[in-house]
Amino acid sequence: MSTAAVRPRRRVPLDSTLIVYIALIGVIAIGAILVASVGRNFFSEGNIRDILTGMSVLGLVAVGQTLVILTGSLDLSVPYVISLSSLLAAETMKGYSGNIIQGVLIALGIAAVIGLANGLIVTKLKVNGFIATLGIGLIVKGYLDTFYKGSSGSVPAEFQYIGATGIGPVPISTIIMLALATLVFLFLRRTRTGHHIYAVGGSLDVARLSGLRTAQPIIVAHVICSVTAGMAGLLLASRLGVGSPTVGSQGGYDLLSIAAVVLGGTLLAGGRGSIWGTIGGVAIFAVLNSVMSVMQVNPFLKDVVRGVVIVVAVAVYTGRVIEQRRARYGTKEVAK
Amino acid sequence: MNRVRSAAITLVSPRGAVFLLLAIMLVAITVLNPNFAEPGQFIRFVQRVAPIAIVAIGQYFVIVSGEFDLSMGALITAQVVIAGNLIGQDESKSVPVLLFMIAFGIVVGIVNGLVTTLLKVPSFIVTLGMMLALSGGVLFWTGGAATGNPADGFRQIGRGGIRDVPIVDIIPFSVIILVVLLALAIWFSKRPFGRTLIAIGDSSTAARFAGARVWQVKTTAFVISSLTATVSGVLLVGYAGVHPSVGQGYEFIAITAVVLGGVVLGGGRGWVVAAVAGAFALEALFTLLNFAGIPSTLRDAIQGGIIILAVAYSATTFRARRKGHSTQTLPPGKEPDANDGPAQPAPQMSPATGSEH
Repeated sequence: MSTAAVRPRRRVPLDSTLIVYIALIGVIAIGAILVASVGRNFFSEGNIRDILTGMSVLGLVAVGQTLVILTGSLDLSVPYVISLSSLLAAETMKGYSGNIIQGVLIALGIAAVIGLANGLIVTKLKVNGFIATLGIGLIVKGYLDTFYKGSSGSVPAEFQYIGATGIGPVPISTIIMLALATLVFLFLRRTRTGHHIYAVGGSLDVARLSGLRTAQPIIVAHVICSVTAGMAGLLLASRLGVGSPTVGSQGGYDLLSIAAVVLGGTLLAGGRGSIWGTIGGVAIFAVLNSVMSVMQVNPFLKDVVRGVVIVVAVAVYTGRVIEQRRARYGTKEVAK
Repeated sequence: MNRVRSAAITLVSPRGAVFLLLAIMLVAITVLNPNFAEPGQFIRFVQRVAPIAIVAIGQYFVIVSGEFDLSMGALITAQVVIAGNLIGQDESKSVPVLLFMIAFGIVVGIVNGLVTTLLKVPSFIVTLGMMLALSGGVLFWTGGAATGNPADGFRQIGRGGIRDVPIVDIIPFSVIILVVLLALAIWFSKRPFGRTLIAIGDSSTAARFAGARVWQVKTTAFVISSLTATVSGVLLVGYAGVHPSVGQGYEFIAITAVVLGGVVLGGGRGWVVAAVAGAFALEALFTLLNFAGIPSTLRDAIQGGIIILAVAYSATTFRARRKGHSTQTLPPGKEPDANDGPAQPAPQMSPATGSEH
């Protein structure tokens, strides 16, 4: 009964992704005014390039994180996967351009194995995603701390171009990120597993009773998430020129990517959300960062602003979602 | 005979498993280092666990109500830095600053609670924002460097104790505080507040229909959590000194301890004593790894493995035991075992499905 009623009501005037982009435009407008007030141009080519570059790494991680959160799980292991992949790639390449493909494959392959472990622990051992990925993250962290004392390996110049060049103001890294987002978008829209990811996140029990294999979408989501984190690691390696054991945890990509996903309108409980919303959330973060850098805000105060913005934005946003839900339940029976 | 059997069953049950784990750890430590079993040494161990155990008590109340508190670590840091900077060497300021710290803790808890309950923001996000704001604020205030050092009298709370006690030589204040807080926590969880909290964690909709004021109860849980972080901060000032990274990672340690204690993330199930035992087991694990000469860098890896295994164990056992049983966990003494009547679960199931209409 309720599913039939939901369908037509899903096309409510303001859908969640739209709100995110309205918020983004608002942030850009305020940012542009603030930046103009110190005599700089927000829309200068350099600034746009900075913002887009800032989006690329967090964007890659957040796209994967979106899938995991849609299934109702979480991935806290991403920062360590990022560091590990940057190290594996840099150590395999050793500065020779002939080893690029090898390095990329090894880094992404190991990342996929970690994602598979996450997925299997969540689905087969029934461990909450929070604990499973925290545990796997700690294991990878222990490995990194034990076997790597500092940055190591080196990346050939050809590979560094990926992080350094761009077409006009758009960096290659951002194009890769957006291409990946498009792929994942199509995956969610067009494939069976994509639909199952939403179903499992909406309600695991209902999905199971409807005859889905509930384990498979969760495992796939975790694998993709780790692979995108691995790609973020490759990107960071290409930017730094070396692999670093702390590059992931210093960036705080675990909590920031979750925040970006939620900021993008995806429900933390799973089952609802979109990739483009997440990209919007990442863009909001990037704009915020860029504005604060231009305004020369104290780096510690940046965290305070970020924290407040996350909470306020999500508060404004969830207020809407709850209202929509009430209306849905209320129309049939008691319209208060 | 029967009692022995049911005790054994409790020990391998998810809730009892943490005590078994703790016992194994303690025995293993004693084997590696016989001195550890001496009362004086042991009380030092308890003193070392106290800040973690106290934080675990607070995190327990939040987790059992179905929420998270990620801001604890940052709050500990904030309190430590406040104590360091405001008290300074002036001992007479101790009491007013302590009162201020408690008030600050309460405010943080209320903000966390109200934003979570009234604005409907997931607590993960609220407390994450609070964590960023607090740690950023503290670093901004101190300029990122360790500053200030509170008067010795204040630091005695964390490092001092009642001296010249027979057998154990010294009873640290922190151990006394831990015992008092644990007793309070047990009392709280037996009172209507604790029961309501678990009901809310199990199903907040059902609890609301039953007349519980969800927002009040959850906010109280967040306030308790922030207060325990405050106490832990006061202890850590004496123990570890003032440093902007003193509380780092405490939120995850607390969550790990609580989960090791068999408390289910998502709420509705758990026992505060087991959560504290989880904190002890975690610290015992670290001590054991220390004595075993395992490089400190591998500590994280082993900790990660252990928590996954522990939770997997309790999750899979619980699933097996749950078939045909109700999911109630209270009262702590009565573990539903094979002798329990199968009549219980049936009346609970039917209203749950019908209540939405």
